[in-house]
Amino acid sequence: MYERITGEDPYKVPMRIYPAVHYTMGGLWVDYDLQSNVPGLFVIGEANFSDHGANRLGASALMQGLADGYFVLPNTIGDYIARTDLAPVQDASVAEAEERVRSQIDRFLSIDGDRSVDSFHRELGHIMWEYCGMERTEEGLRKALELIPALRAEFWTRVKVTGKGEELNQQLEKAGRVADFFELAELMVIDALHRTESCGGHFRAESQDEDGEAKRDDANFAYAAAWEWAGEGEQPVLHKEALEFEYVHPTQRSYK
Amino acid sequence: MKLTLRVWRQKGPEDSGAMVGYELDDISPDASFLEMLDVLNEKLIADGEDPVAFDHDCREGICGMCSLVINGTPHGPEQRTTTCQLHMRKFRDGEVIDVEPWRAKAFPVVKDLVVDRSAFDRIIRSGGFISAPTGTAPEAHSVPVPKPDADAAFEAAECIGCGACVAACPNGSAALFLGAKITHLGLMPQGQPERWDRVVGMLDTHDEEGFGGCTNTGECTVACPKGIPLDVIGRLNHDYLKASAGGRKK
Repeated sequence: MYERITGEDPYKVPMRIYPAVHYTMGGLWVDYDLQSNVPGLFVIGEANFSDHGANRLGASALMQGLADGYFVLPNTIGDYIARTDLAPVQDASVAEAEERVRSQIDRFLSIDGDRSVDSFHRELGHIMWEYCGMERTEEGLRKALELIPALRAEFWTRVKVTGKGEELNQQLEKAGRVADFFELAELMVIDALHRTESCGGHFRAESQDEDGEAKRDDANFAYAAAWEWAGEGEQPVLHKEALEFEYVHPTQRSYK
Repeated sequence: MKLTLRVWRQKGPEDSGAMVGYELDDISPDASFLEMLDVLNEKLIADGEDPVAFDHDCREGICGMCSLVINGTPHGPEQRTTTCQLHMRKFRDGEVIDVEPWRAKAFPVVKDLVVDRSAFDRIIRSGGFISAPTGTAPEAHSVPVPKPDADAAFEAAECIGCGACVAACPNGSAALFLGAKITHLGLMPQGQPERWDRVVGMLDTHDEEGFGGCTNTGECTVACPKGIPLDVIGRLNHDYLKASAGGRKK
């Protein structure tokens, strides 16, 4: 497998192993029934935040998909459906949402700039890797908070989305995703900035002990941060969900 | 690397389509085949042309989304390798590479290299599941599975449903895909309650979807990126015959 990807035989050349961005840790907030704050919208598997936070262990995708699907949803979705009047929704907000999506599609197609969607995706990824990667500093995160909105503004004036809206258009699909990534990237940086401790996979350079190990701050940060969307361009609202440990308590990591 | 690509371009399902040539320069031999297509698309977008549509997702060889018939072979020249795991170092500098979509009656072209593989979903829907009481944990030791059965079921379960078997088959048959699902579920105790209805349901749907019959050509197992063995088709035929002869056919 290694040889197929790298072209190097690990029996002859030492394997080159380095950290890489694998998945976004965290996810959408849900309650114990796996229902989000939108009634009837259940978020399952890796898309929710429930089983992985500052750490994301191997195989948690499979574990969470299986556990949510096998143990939780058979009880909770049925319960929701049984208690809810599932009449067709006739609400002005549906038409509004559709109109919003349509106008975004039209906007994408009308910009006709000079940069591809991929080039913005790559540049955004580079900003995140550089300033919101495993090791981050307050200075770097503040810089990212300047770079992301600037790149987003450039995206909305210079992106080039080819093709039309009435056909299979992978460029248009990608443009919608990258537009969302700007929002998510900014939120991740805001969250990283507010959490001044080192925790799990996140190493805040200012928070380390004398041996250079990650230094926790459980007095101030023993909570999961759930951020509420407050509208476009608005600062998201922080909700703290306390993490309570009855028997086993988090301690400083030590390999000594 | 310098490459000449001949890519199947087709605007939509109704368009007749044609092979279109592209010259590429300065391609890294360490690029994957899909990354090479990304480079081509960047170039096409810069030139104001429509980029090539192709399917991809995980790029780790496990999701089954990537396809492409490369130089006449589904997933290209490397054995047991999906297109996304194929690298340009396997090609020569200056080589001419033909890139086409899966070609089969049951997989109509949507655009360029993207084909509609939803027929596979309908086959799965017609029987590719087991009934199991969910909500509580089953006792693992209460259902013993012989090791050889577990191994054979696991081997069959490696099928990622990409459709390379259909693209390789001169009859456009999905027998290898079908056989993999029948073997995977039919060998396990959890798969027994629906075993006979499953094989009849899935095979009937297979035929209705326009896939051809199997004549044991064996091209499928060679093209399969997961190396699903040909004998799963034997099990498929065995189970179908038994279900039909036993009056269990609906």
